[in-house]
Amino acid sequence: MTSSLHPALTPDPTIEHRARTVLLTTVSSDSHTWNLVFLQLLLEELGCAVVNLGSCVPDQLVLDECRRHQPDLVVVSTVNGHGHQDGKRLIGALRGEPDLSGLRVVIGGKLGVRGAADGQIDTALLAAGFDAVFHDQNALDGFRRYVLVAAADRAVAAERVPA
Amino acid sequence: MSGYPSGGGVVAAQPSFAGFVARARAAGELVVQPRMGFGRVADMRAGLAATRAARARAAGTITLDSYTRVGDHASARRAVRDGADLNGFPLVAEGAATTRAMLAGLRGPEFPVQVRHGSALPGEIFRTLVDAGVDATEGGPVSYCLPYSRVPLARSVDAWARACELFAARPDAAATPHLESFGGCLLGQLCPPSLLVAMSVLEGLFFAEHGIRSVSLSYAQQTNPAQDAEAIGALRRLAAELLGDLDWHVVLYTYMGVYPRTRAGAASLLADSARLAVHAGAERLIVKTVAEAHRIPTVTENLHALELAAAVAAATTPGSGAAPDTGLYAEARSLVLACLELAPDTGRALLRAFERGYLDVPFCLHADNAGRARSAIADDGRLCWTAAGSLPIRVDRRPGAAETITSAGLVRMLSFVQRRYDQPHELGGRRGLAPAAGAGRSPARLLTAGQAGRV
Repeated sequence: MTSSLHPALTPDPTIEHRARTVLLTTVSSDSHTWNLVFLQLLLEELGCAVVNLGSCVPDQLVLDECRRHQPDLVVVSTVNGHGHQDGKRLIGALRGEPDLSGLRVVIGGKLGVRGAADGQIDTALLAAGFDAVFHDQNALDGFRRYVLVAAADRAVAAERVPA
Repeated sequence: MSGYPSGGGVVAAQPSFAGFVARARAAGELVVQPRMGFGRVADMRAGLAATRAARARAAGTITLDSYTRVGDHASARRAVRDGADLNGFPLVAEGAATTRAMLAGLRGPEFPVQVRHGSALPGEIFRTLVDAGVDATEGGPVSYCLPYSRVPLARSVDAWARACELFAARPDAAATPHLESFGGCLLGQLCPPSLLVAMSVLEGLFFAEHGIRSVSLSYAQQTNPAQDAEAIGALRRLAAELLGDLDWHVVLYTYMGVYPRTRAGAASLLADSARLAVHAGAERLIVKTVAEAHRIPTVTENLHALELAAAVAAATTPGSGAAPDTGLYAEARSLVLACLELAPDTGRALLRAFERGYLDVPFCLHADNAGRARSAIADDGRLCWTAAGSLPIRVDRRPGAAETITSAGLVRMLSFVQRRYDQPHELGGRRGLAPAAGAGRSPARLLTAGQAGRV
């Protein structure tokens, strides 16, 4: 269904999918989970193995689970409007740990309480250390593309490493 | 609304939330109530004052913010100090004295106020609201734990037992404390009605075991009006059978899932919920607004929603919603009894039932939920089970209810109601031409809307 609507975004079968682990989480104050259920299905359809941490994830648990699973990508999804505050704190914690600071981390959802007036939030979250912010109407297509490109990058990087 | 079984007549004379609802019932009027919470005291007071002035039999609501909900009062205090935006009222950070002052001159026998929060560990919230003289709140050990938190269920059951006992012992003898179960919502959508009904009844029993004498049982509007009417009928029947001499009433939540984006679609869904409430004999309705799909509603939007719901309710004939029996009552009853059999007290019975999967909320990610039961929307719009897991029910496959689920299929189900109500009102005369389910923009909307199941 997804691929028929977005043929250009069909997973490339030549890319090694098995090792593509995504850690899916939300921020500490956010209790919503439908976004996480949806993203898990979507990421699995894109060939990722997903570790879904569920609702209200404390920062420390994200750090612990990153160390445990060594994910290729961390996806922070939040829709309660506190994402700009909680997200900034979380990315600060991740970037502050030498062994985790190089992780690829993205955030998306509904990040403020003012709807369209939340325009400055993207810039602030990128400056705080996120690799990408998915925030507007077209967020999902952008996210899907990002995941596939990230996987392709990873496959290219893997090829260059002598076996 | 005579003819409906309901408990307790003593509270009707009280200047309390429970008394207010009892008097409205006697007058044949639906109580309407907003979901409303603001971070700043002045805004919260203005919102309550506007609710009080609404042309409706309205109760007031103080919805708490997410930091308070998860017990992170330090972050709530910091936000208050820095003047940062909060998505609700920081009750604990502001404290009982400020809350009491905020309510002074507003609340009274004709305008009761309820605190809505969403906390699995509600001890501090209960202590503060009791100190502030508030006599009504809501939630439950399961309904505020499994869908929204990562607190172990056993801890939530303990915390809720203690909170109920504290609330039951609240010093104001003139006002019986009133507690509403949020069990009729669970994740807000895609939970088959029999489980919503069972959970509300079980939490009502749990409250009663911990000293609460006045409860409301909830049910959230779902995807099929006949199924909803049957569910509310089943809820009333089970409550009459199992809640003995408690004072109780039924509260309906206007649709809690992904909400229509058009004004007309949103208003039409709200109006249908008001009709459903009156048809099926619910005493109270908690409304949604036309802004629901976009952002936190303003006071004016809330006011319009309250007045629309009240006007529709007043124009609807009570009790005309007798729905054919498709077995929903029997299914809800077997879920309740399978749970209660497991232990002499409801708290322990709930823990064992979830452990064994006799209760199992579809799509719930909580570690204490079995996660083996699955549900879907059938072609006729009814919610049904597609996998029972260990639930004591029979899966009765209905046409259109897919067994395996994709991300697009999930979006199609989550936006089923939104689509049905928005399609007749979409721009440019595109009536009937709205994109099919799962089309490009729907998932993005879903992810950027604060959807599904908030208090």
